[in-house]
Amino acid sequence: MAVITYRQALHDTLRSELLRDPNVFLMGEEIGVFEGSYKITAGLLPEFGPERIRDTPIAEEGFVGAAIGAAMLGLRPVVEIMTINFSILAMDQIVNHAAKIHTMFGGQSKVPMVIRTPGGGGQQLAATHSQNLEVWYAHVPGLKVVVPATPADAKGMLAASIRDDDPVMFIEHLALYNTKGEVPDGDYVTEIGKAAVMKEGTDITIVSYSRMAAVALDVAKRLEEDEGVSAEVVDLRSLRPLDRHTIVESVKKTGKAVVLEEDWLSYGVGAEIAATIQEGAFDYLDAPVRRVGAAEIPLPYSKPLELAALPDATALVKVIHETLDATRFRG
Amino acid sequence: MPEVFMPRLSDTMQEGTVSTWTKNVGDRVEKGDVLAEIETDKATMELEAYDSGVLEKILVDVGKTVPIGEVIAVIGDGSGVGKGSGSGVAAGEATPAAPAADVPPEPPVSPMPGTPTAVPTGGAVEPPAPVSVKEAAAGSWANGTAPAGPIKASPLARAIARDAGLDLSTVRGSGPGGRIVRADVQAAVAALGSGVTPAAAAPTPSAISTGPDVEELPLNNVRRITAKRLVESMQQAPHFYLTSVVDADELVAARARINAGLAAVAGDATPVKVSVNDIVVKAVASALRAHPEVNVSYTGEKLLRYRRIHVGVAVALPDGLIVPVIRDADTLTITQISVQTRELAARARAGKLKPEEFTGSTFSVSNLGMFGVDQFTAVINPPEAAILAVGATKQEPVVRDGAIVVGHTMRVTLSIDHRALDGATAAKFLADLTALLENPLAALA
Repeated sequence: MAVITYRQALHDTLRSELLRDPNVFLMGEEIGVFEGSYKITAGLLPEFGPERIRDTPIAEEGFVGAAIGAAMLGLRPVVEIMTINFSILAMDQIVNHAAKIHTMFGGQSKVPMVIRTPGGGGQQLAATHSQNLEVWYAHVPGLKVVVPATPADAKGMLAASIRDDDPVMFIEHLALYNTKGEVPDGDYVTEIGKAAVMKEGTDITIVSYSRMAAVALDVAKRLEEDEGVSAEVVDLRSLRPLDRHTIVESVKKTGKAVVLEEDWLSYGVGAEIAATIQEGAFDYLDAPVRRVGAAEIPLPYSKPLELAALPDATALVKVIHETLDATRFRG
Repeated sequence: MPEVFMPRLSDTMQEGTVSTWTKNVGDRVEKGDVLAEIETDKATMELEAYDSGVLEKILVDVGKTVPIGEVIAVIGDGSGVGKGSGSGVAAGEATPAAPAADVPPEPPVSPMPGTPTAVPTGGAVEPPAPVSVKEAAAGSWANGTAPAGPIKASPLARAIARDAGLDLSTVRGSGPGGRIVRADVQAAVAALGSGVTPAAAAPTPSAISTGPDVEELPLNNVRRITAKRLVESMQQAPHFYLTSVVDADELVAARARINAGLAAVAGDATPVKVSVNDIVVKAVASALRAHPEVNVSYTGEKLLRYRRIHVGVAVALPDGLIVPVIRDADTLTITQISVQTRELAARARAGKLKPEEFTGSTFSVSNLGMFGVDQFTAVINPPEAAILAVGATKQEPVVRDGAIVVGHTMRVTLSIDHRALDGATAAKFLADLTALLENPLAALA
């Protein structure tokens, strides 16, 4: 088990999948000669050639549409969209075509494609390049949406996504690329649709995903050491399908839940989690489900303002304390 | 877990009355099966199940009227059958633990003169005090500041309270805005076992007397609640009393024979020993089986007749009373009653009784015989309709076949709630009970 970065895990998995299955090929802006804006595809063009590592024009709707066609005819395209903010340009192809072709045409054709794209803020990329739009896709039946938080899940879930017969939105996070973690060697596939309990606990459940899951885990460890609070951290890993069972079982154990998400709260992932909890664990709740998310504004460019607008460990700790206090946990 | 609602069966229907339950709790139900007949403002119609499963709970009794939309039953996988004190009653079967939905399960109050009845060997039963779940927690509101309006409580607190039979209106919430949270409910439930009420505990004595003549002792919660409940019982239930002198020769002999037999089969193990009171409890249960009209509660609107017989046995604690319940006492042997009573009394001393173990009795027995008391009257333990006060078994001159001889007698006094029972009815019950005590073999038969 090697310790590598999230970026390296993605790169290595793309390479091993290209080696494993000749139907797998990559498309995207600047992924070949330039090796990708975030260098995920470094070195792949020389190894696999321009037939399988295809640089595309700056035309998201066009190349996503092309990938859909390729997938329908038996290939397994892995498309890189430079950031999730640009996926909006391909929204019609993703939502109205990739997600629907299999069912609308009576199952004649599947669409086994992956769209890799990073989201998230915190890089001073300003309002149009810092968004968390995963919930837009998680809303749509016919798509799968995965949001790995660790290098190991980056590997296991990318392999699973490429081998999946449905279109998968594989959503990375800009701030995770340099994070390191242990990654299993060899062929490693993580089942899509299963949340991970990153840390077990008995006092409160923290539900999160992607970069915020890493923040939640860090907070939980600190709370345990500093205050003796036993927090359980549930990393969703997949927003669609959503592993409601793991969430509900955790809350049945702890009676309290806080959702940490980087997106805006209104109509967001946390709203779905809160609904899931009240449906599945109503009689186990000792306090309202709380959510911690981004300020409901276009994300500012200014670093102090950007930091103030994004959720962080301090905000999470505050809400955890409030929730614990609401149940007289701390006396 | 699918809930069955009172359906809207006509355009003008506002409420419906359950006229028949066609399924019983525990029955397998298939979608489309007729569950009940509902009487509306226009007609009686069948209510079909919308879900398949096991009928786990019936929440509305036959004859009871509830608004449309109210949950009247629960269908599940069967795991919920018999769970939770709020589970309601089986078709037409009003259990004391959960009477009709509109009658909150009234907790028992400790009958006034109550003593350890079934623990002759263990010495006086001590510690913790009793009192109903409802009232122990009520200490929190003893100053009468209970808030108006809907109760704010977390779902978890509600669930725990439901399972424990705790009335949330008596619990003070410590969460935001006075919300009752798990910690509050658990403290209230624990207080029942320990005799100490959580936050409220013993009030600070407002003025400790410095004078030499009188010492002020702060009331503990149990004492205060016990007092309140006893006053309620005496004020609301018009008591009348019937006393019978039992010729107890056979009773004494039967007890000796039973204990000799138990000792013989015990071998090297410590033998079970039954007390006079264990036999009294058995005889009471048998008499109640024969006189269901005594196994009742008066609710103000109706009489609840309990199909099951749960006998409360008053146990004295240093600063209060508790009435552990021998459930289905009519189905138990005297030995089983003895074992259960001792076990419950031991846990009462340790403050370990669960709420369901001292609530839900349908008739109580109080015994001061071991203190040499000949005869006394007991305060009824609401919502029961009667309580039996048992005096000492002693040797006295008795007239037998026209001659004065030495015999054993025992005086038992029945206190009766006149709202529920009349003199003649109670007298027949007491006569049969006396006969059973004079011929204990009949109680075993």
